[in-house]
Amino acid sequence: MEQAPPDPERRLQPAPLEPLGHPDAGVESVVGEEAEGARDEGPGDGTMTENNFWLKKIEISVSEAEKRTGRNAMNMQETYTAYLIETRSVEHIDGQSVLTDSLWRRYSEFELLRNYLLVYYPHIVVPPLPEKRAEFVWHKLSADNMDPDFVERRRIGLENFLLRVASHPILCRDKIFYLFLTQEGNWKETVNETGFQLKADSRLKALNATFRVKNPDKRFTELKHYSDELQSVISHLLRVRARVADRLYGVYKVHGNYGRVFSEWSAIEKEMGDGLQSAGHHMDVYASSIDDILEDEEHYADQLKEYLFYAEALRAVCRKHELMQYDLEMAAQDLASKKQQCEELATGC
Amino acid sequence: MILFFLQDLILPNGGTPAGPASPASSSSLLNRLQLDDDIDGETRDLFVTVDDPKKHVCTMETYITYRITTKSTRVEFDLPEYSVRRRYQDFDWLRNKLEESQPTHLIPPLPEKFVVKGVVDRFSEEFVETRRKALDKFLKRITDHPVLSFNEHFNVFLTAKDLNAHKKQGMALLTRVGESVKHVTGGYKLRSRPLEFAAIGEYLDTFALKLGTIDRIAQRIIKEEIEYLVELREYGPVYSTWSALEGELAEPLEGVSACIGNCSTALEELTEDMTEDFLPVLREYILYSDSMKSVLKKRDQVQAEYEAKLEAVALRKEERPKVPADVEKCQDRMECFNADLKADMERWQNSKRQDFRQLLMGMADKNIQYYEKCLMAWESIIPLLQEKQEAK
Repeated sequence: MEQAPPDPERRLQPAPLEPLGHPDAGVESVVGEEAEGARDEGPGDGTMTENNFWLKKIEISVSEAEKRTGRNAMNMQETYTAYLIETRSVEHIDGQSVLTDSLWRRYSEFELLRNYLLVYYPHIVVPPLPEKRAEFVWHKLSADNMDPDFVERRRIGLENFLLRVASHPILCRDKIFYLFLTQEGNWKETVNETGFQLKADSRLKALNATFRVKNPDKRFTELKHYSDELQSVISHLLRVRARVADRLYGVYKVHGNYGRVFSEWSAIEKEMGDGLQSAGHHMDVYASSIDDILEDEEHYADQLKEYLFYAEALRAVCRKHELMQYDLEMAAQDLASKKQQCEELATGC
Repeated sequence: MILFFLQDLILPNGGTPAGPASPASSSSLLNRLQLDDDIDGETRDLFVTVDDPKKHVCTMETYITYRITTKSTRVEFDLPEYSVRRRYQDFDWLRNKLEESQPTHLIPPLPEKFVVKGVVDRFSEEFVETRRKALDKFLKRITDHPVLSFNEHFNVFLTAKDLNAHKKQGMALLTRVGESVKHVTGGYKLRSRPLEFAAIGEYLDTFALKLGTIDRIAQRIIKEEIEYLVELREYGPVYSTWSALEGELAEPLEGVSACIGNCSTALEELTEDMTEDFLPVLREYILYSDSMKSVLKKRDQVQAEYEAKLEAVALRKEERPKVPADVEKCQDRMECFNADLKADMERWQNSKRQDFRQLLMGMADKNIQYYEKCLMAWESIIPLLQEKQEAK
């Protein structure tokens, strides 16, 4: 499996933004440790070397998850999971002076961060978050958001998200992102102060643009087409995989039924007794081996899901482009008609 | 894990030293086992095989005949080799004849005659092949039996050009024997079954019950595997569809698709093997336990007859103190019956042990082969995936 994102942002040649971020970020060319090597599930390892500005400066990990109970905005009791984000900045080559920082964030804060990034960087394919609710589940897989396995897979997904943002040449310099990693209190207020919600485009407007744009850019229509197809093929794949997992689970678990009957049978046999007993035992072992196999496979499904959501991020960029194209066309039309009016006025006088 | 189970299975039986746990050793174990099986091959003087099924379509009926080839050095056979064609009802005739003429012996079971119409195609290749194997097994079991293999009806079955002539001859006799059996069962209840035969009866009940459960589980597994196969067959091509969208990724995705295809084929083979090799043995032994039970019943009848006569004598004892000859004869009959039955039971236990050892070994072996094929399929695409990464 190829691990790198489609990287369409490189093709788009974004206009360099003024870095909002931390002044120190990416200035020194310190070759620090890369993101912990042990993080082998990270779908970005090894392929982000070119532009992992922050990864050279800071190691990021989401190391723990904790169940918490609190009160929400409506003052209702709610249970949620908080994730511990640990950052370690490597200031020197020898790595001696190490600054460690850690704080807790919940999923909704990650969502807020991403929504903010989407608005502020419309031309960038913003890395996706892990799924909000478990999708494409097969019957033995819990769809409960509090399920330990789900929380663990989400932890890995959130860590990947942070690593991907941190390795992006532009996103990594964002101040809000930096504060997300370093400032526990008041972060939400700071984000809301940016007024990013006001800048968000309405879906209706975007839909309008899709149908009315006159000269769509071929590169973008192709990209949009690709992302549509990618999305449909991956979701098909995930659906079938869930069914495959279901059936495979069935095949293994039915072997477990042998366990009991072999052991009961062994009770009435003399010479064969021991052999049958152990055959039964191994059938049991065989049946239970499927749990681990399918648990591992779930991580593979998660990576597929990441790209399913990446396809959506790709579409968001295309949509934004359409919108701008539409604005441009409208403005050009406006300008043309104004020019005409002006000429008419000039000749009419 | 299947390997450990193999070793465990072997040690209590044959004391075969546990070899190194490598996939290769599994098949060699199986080979060794088959050699053990043939150990009395040198003393064998009668060889029978069933093969070459042929379909016959007549105006009245359609049926299958099988070729039965016999090679023997026994004096009972005029020629060293015979080849005849027989259909299922001829086998049925043979079995009935054996039951009649050797009531004290355990007659191997025939495969079930009746199949649910519409569900199983009686003339399909798989059905005919499964039945051929079962019929072959049936004749081999008779051949291996020290008494049954010398039965005159068996000889006729193997050698006669026209079996139907022999069939008609026996008709009158059949009805007479049937009557005498009925006469014996009339009224007399057995006082007590001797402990060892009671134990056999109990054993057979449990045995049949457990095998029935195993048979159901095995069928369920095959059903689950077939459903799994259906999903796999859909899963693979999705990767192909995806590869059509991609440039650099196309090749690895095609590779994954082909790999899943290979795994599906391996699974299909496994399912077929289980259907063809595993299920029939279970069925045969379930039927075997029925045959065994019916012999036990006959034994009980003989004992009942003897006890009845003994009682009658006891009543008249004062008049005639001497035990009449027919009661003594009856006692002899019962003792012969018991001896025959015990010997057959022991023989049956031995072949059962060997058959199930081979059955479970075969199952483990087939599973190992399946996983090896899947492993190979996945390993073969690793270079394809790695190359792409290095190219970057």
